[in-house]
Parts: sequence; C-alpha cells; structure tokens
Amino acid sequence: MELRVTDLACARGGLPLIEGLSFSVSAGEALILRGPNGCGKTTLLRTLAGLQPPLAGTVTCPPEEMAYGAHADGLKSTLTVAENLKFWAAIHGQWGIQPALQAMNLVDLAERQAQNLSAGQKRRLGLARLIVTGRWLWVLDEPTVSLDVASVALFGAVVRAHLAAGGAALLATHIDLGLPEARVLDLTPYKAALPDVGGFDEAFL
Amino acid sequence: MIALLIRDLRLAVRAGGGFGLGLGFFLILAVLVPLGVGPDPATLGVIAPGILWIGALLACLLSLDRLFALDHEDGSLDLLATSPIPLEGVVAVKAAAHWATTGLPLALAAPVLGILLNLPGSGYTVLVASLLLGTPALSMIGAFGAALTVGLKRGGLLLSLLVLPLYVPTLVFGAQAVARAAQGLDAATPLLLMAGITAGSIALLPFAAAFALRINLR
Repeated sequence: MELRVTDLACARGGLPLIEGLSFSVSAGEALILRGPNGCGKTTLLRTLAGLQPPLAGTVTCPPEEMAYGAHADGLKSTLTVAENLKFWAAIHGQWGIQPALQAMNLVDLAERQAQNLSAGQKRRLGLARLIVTGRWLWVLDEPTVSLDVASVALFGAVVRAHLAAGGAALLATHIDLGLPEARVLDLTPYKAALPDVGGFDEAFL
Repeated sequence: MIALLIRDLRLAVRAGGGFGLGLGFFLILAVLVPLGVGPDPATLGVIAPGILWIGALLACLLSLDRLFALDHEDGSLDLLATSPIPLEGVVAVKAAAHWATTGLPLALAAPVLGILLNLPGSGYTVLVASLLLGTPALSMIGAFGAALTVGLKRGGLLLSLLVLPLYVPTLVFGAQAVARAAQGLDAATPLLLMAGITAGSIALLPFAAAFALRINLR
C-alpha cells in the first residue's frame, strides 16, 4: 500500500498555490508537511482527500482509503462522546469504539455531551474518530491544535501504534509531535508562481 | 446510511434540533387564519384546502436551511463526503430524516387543523393522503435548494426564493385534490400527478443535490 503523488498542482479559490509536488508515503511511514501559513498545506490535504480536484498531476491512492481529519472535528454538540464516535464508526462499517476511547483517554467522558467538552477534549474526540474509520492512511490537518503536552504525547503514541499496524500518516503541523522517525517535507520550494498577468491586460484584470 | 438516519432523527429531537418547530408554525397559522378572515364557516370551508397546503409548505421551508448548513459549519459534511457513503445517499437520507420530523407530523396533525378551518367532511381522507404523498417532494426539493446554498451566509433567505417557485406544482395539485374531495368530486387525478412529481424528485434530485454539494465543498 502506497500513496504516490506525481507532479501535483492544486489551487485555492482559483489561485494556484502548489505546483510540481511529488512525494510518496508507504505503509508504516509518517510524513510531516511543513511550511508557512498560506503555503497550501490545507489545500493539498483537501485535494488528496478528494474534496477538490487537482489542477494537474496524479495521486495513486483513492480517497476511499484515507481518513481525513480537518480543522473542524465534525462533532454534534447535543450528542454524547460515545454517540458521536459510534456514529462515525457505523458510517465506516466498524463497531467497537472502546479501543478508540481508551487510546485517546476519553473513557471517563463517554457519557458527556460534546457541547460540554473543552476544546482539547473535543480535539481528542475528533482524533479518536480516525481510529474508528479503519482506514490505513491518515491525512491530518494540524491535528494537535488546542491539545496540551500530555495529549500531544498521547496522540504521538496513537500515530506510532497506527504505523506499527501497517498504517501511514500524512500530517501538516507546526509543532514537534515526538515522532523522530517521521520524514519532513517542506512545501516552500513548491510554491506556485503567481499567474502571469503582465502586459496590456493587467489594467483590465 | 441507517446510522446517519438515526443520528439525524436523534439530533432533531434533542434540544435545539427544531423538531416540532414546523408543527407549531402550522398550528399557529391555522389558528390565525379564522381570526383574520372572520368566523364565517362557508368562507373558511372554501379556503381551507389552500390554507392547509400553504401552511404545510411554509412549515416545511422553516427547517430546511439547517439541513446541510449545520453539518457544513461543524465540519461533518467534509467528513461525510470522504466517508464510504455516496453523497447521493447522504442527501437522500437527510431529506428522509427531514420528512420524518416535518412532513409526517404535519400530515398527521392536518385533520385536527381541518376542523379549525371547517373543512367539509369528505375532504379529510384526501387531505392526509395528499400531504403524505406530497410532503416527501417538499423535503427532497428543499434538500436540493439547501445543497445549492450551503456555505453561503444568510443562505436561508436565498433558499426560500429558490425553493418556493419549485413548490408550485406540488401545491397546485395538492390543494386541488383536497378542494375537489371537499366538494365531493373525484380527487384521483391530482393525487396521481402529485405522486408522479414526488417519485420524480426522489429519483432525480439526490444526484443534482450531491453534484451541487461537491461544487460547494471545493
């Protein structure tokens, strides 16, 4: 199992952000994406997850094999932690949620409504969702936002267990996750040149 | 898909879910009309089919803007789009959940409100039948409108403008069926035509709505 991206270009709001990007992630590997704000990390991940089409290039892994984790956790505030997690498990054809609750230290909160959770606890629940998807490639957009140090370590352990079980992870993050074995890919060199609007037409654009 | 249906039904009956909102609106409308038009039974009997159908239409519209907007706000729509369920299925299930929490209670409550509006006795069966047959189309067309306006600020207002004209055939045939039955005439033809509209919208609109959602998610 391998994700191979070749010569990918993607755009946000019609403006090209990334071009000529090639990399690959195979089972058991983690790849960390870095780059300044606005360099296109989120756009790249949304493109890989199949939410928007690429401008050019190919992605070998179909979106059906990826678990996408966005900035928003997709939680329903009036459902309890267990209900939220059971729903996502059922959507992905999985049933057991106990391992996921234990892995993200949510067992004591299982019966609490999501609206009464702190930001960090919501994030932990959002990350627990990845475990119940049962998909091998995790595509995560800043997964550690609002997590405390202990939870970041907990998440690092969860990612490592996922890699050991034959999974892979693609993470866009600014902080150190405690995954020294992960490769790092800086997106800055792949920044797309601004579209050439020089010449006579410029005044009319 | 059943999990999604159960989740939507559960969300609707929890606090702030909006279950009963449409029903309450329908009730108040049916109470207000005799106060505004006057208590003359003959006049009320004539306008009752139209008022009941317009009430059902507006009550349906009331909760439509939340159909996809809430899921879009909290990020679940992105995650549902990347889930194994096809987006067409998501649209169909969410429209079904909307019907079960809005259209179905309206159809069941309509006979009681028919009494308030002095609907002639022969119209009650057809009133319930026409609402049962017609409200699924209202939910499905509304889901298409909600998919078009998802992500827009104040999309609910635009949604009403987009969807209400599309409700015209259902309204015409529904109100006509009840009016004919109330006069003791045969109501089969408008009922069949309305059932055709419902079947057509259930068959086609999930695809159109899913297409609109995919574009709006980009």
